[in-house]
Amino acid sequence: MQRHLFKGSKAVFLALYLIVMVFPLYWIVITSLKPQKEIFSFPLKYWPTHLTFQNYINIIKISKFHIYIFNSLLISISAALVVVVIAVLSAYVLARFKFRAHKHVMLGFFLTQMLPGFVALAPLYLLMSRLDLINTRASLILMYTVGLIPFSTILLKGFFERIPSSLEEAAMIDGCSRLSALIRVIMPVMLNGIAATFIFAFVQNWNELFMAVLFIDDESLKTLPVAMNSFVMKFDVDWGAMSAGTVLSVLPTIALFAIAQRFIVEGLTQGAVKG
Amino acid sequence: MNDDRPSVIGRLQASFRNSPRGFIFFCLLPTLVLMLVFTYYPFFRGIVMAFQNYQLFDLTNVHYIGLDNFKNMFEDAKFKFAAVNSVYWVFISLIAQFTIGLSVALLLNKRFRGRGFFQGFVFYPWALSGFLIGLIWKWMFNSQIGVINDLLLRSGIIHERIGFLSDPNWAMASVIIANVWYGIAFFAIMLLAALQSVPSELYEAGSMDGANGARKLLNITLPYIMPTVITTTLLRAIWIFNDPSIIYGLTNGGPAGSTHILSSLMLDKIMYSGDYGAASAIGILMIGILLLYTIFYLTVTRAAKLGDF
Repeated sequence: MQRHLFKGSKAVFLALYLIVMVFPLYWIVITSLKPQKEIFSFPLKYWPTHLTFQNYINIIKISKFHIYIFNSLLISISAALVVVVIAVLSAYVLARFKFRAHKHVMLGFFLTQMLPGFVALAPLYLLMSRLDLINTRASLILMYTVGLIPFSTILLKGFFERIPSSLEEAAMIDGCSRLSALIRVIMPVMLNGIAATFIFAFVQNWNELFMAVLFIDDESLKTLPVAMNSFVMKFDVDWGAMSAGTVLSVLPTIALFAIAQRFIVEGLTQGAVKG
Repeated sequence: MNDDRPSVIGRLQASFRNSPRGFIFFCLLPTLVLMLVFTYYPFFRGIVMAFQNYQLFDLTNVHYIGLDNFKNMFEDAKFKFAAVNSVYWVFISLIAQFTIGLSVALLLNKRFRGRGFFQGFVFYPWALSGFLIGLIWKWMFNSQIGVINDLLLRSGIIHERIGFLSDPNWAMASVIIANVWYGIAFFAIMLLAALQSVPSELYEAGSMDGANGARKLLNITLPYIMPTVITTTLLRAIWIFNDPSIIYGLTNGGPAGSTHILSSLMLDKIMYSGDYGAASAIGILMIGILLLYTIFYLTVTRAAKLGDF
């Protein structure tokens, strides 16, 4: 009897939790599919009677959201690709070799994850303007790459450590150099880890707001978060358009994260869970 | 294999063959250069700014002013408010996120039908930015047509609409609620992964000694996942302290500065007033607080073994 009650309360807790987690997403999606009038009229409809894509058509036709989506895609993909290449190299070295600066490099990574990054924001703006990179996509590709190097390296290091080094040693005995052993023998084995890192980096880039707001104000170069930010200021009350913009911003990352989540957690917890 | 090719790569490869030192250097070079130039240099430049009069809109008049930025900071009523808010923001968010996250992880640790489906739905906030979460909750907290007011009215819990974001008495609680919602997934994911690494032999041994569920939780599970608990709470507290994006999306510090925390106030000074010196002074204070916190935390938890994370 007691057991039953315990099981029952567990199920109730999980069900409640599920509702609380999913409802905000449901609500923003439903809002985006309501006609303008229905959004602002009482009683609130929890299940809309007229579904419409008008809000989506509006933000693309009037607010040119396709441009922002394109910029976001281009910048996020480019930076994620570059960071994966750089991080594969450093993660491999950090996973395989013990050398004198090993500890310092790792400490250098961890500090970037802990210090308040905004201290660097103003000087970065000045640095970008000195390099003539304000209002360019390159500024964001560069800074997103740099920002994700530490985390991606730590993540990939976890994956490398799970691959026995006998694998590349065998290849090197067969005459491969270390670099080509890395590229031809090891990387194919850890494609999961590389894909997870790429997706993680992509999601972070796609979501980044503050540097993008600071570095970009040219309409044709804005990313989605920047567009949403100017949206909030301009049309604070137009929740139809706002919700459609929000849905377009979150759907790709939710889909990607659903795919990669398991691998990211595997990589991340590798070090922490050893116990 | 192709090392005899007369390409640059081929020659590079050949030179690394017998020299791991050269290889290590080559692989770390891009990382080190980029981090030094675009992470650490601006960071230290930012620290120097705290001692300068550095206004974006008055760049011809940059000069050292000693500790004036700090003096102004401590005299600023907004700052005091933000400092106090930061304490509530970090501790309430952290405790709530951890408690709920651990409960969820414990419940998900047992196999049941639909667990995979459940996990996918429960963990998705991880993929969203704080800014967008802020916008979503801003819509739900809306005092006129917000769904939270509607639900509370319908269920008879309240009889008048609450200005969750416009009433200074409610605003801070509202942003913390949104932040708790955002962060549960992180703890649930990390703690679930830790729970799944507990060897089942330990539980079997516990059962043989006649331990019940609660005892097993206290004597086997919790000690085993302690390193993860320590690292995740330490890191999470720091991230919560540093991240203003939910507040930026929800209230942007309003109404009347009542929901600013230190990091959002600092961001406000960079983005809107362009007073880089004042922003950096807040940043230095934050670094000091983080250092003290980390030392204190690690000393207190030293008894528990840390993983090499």
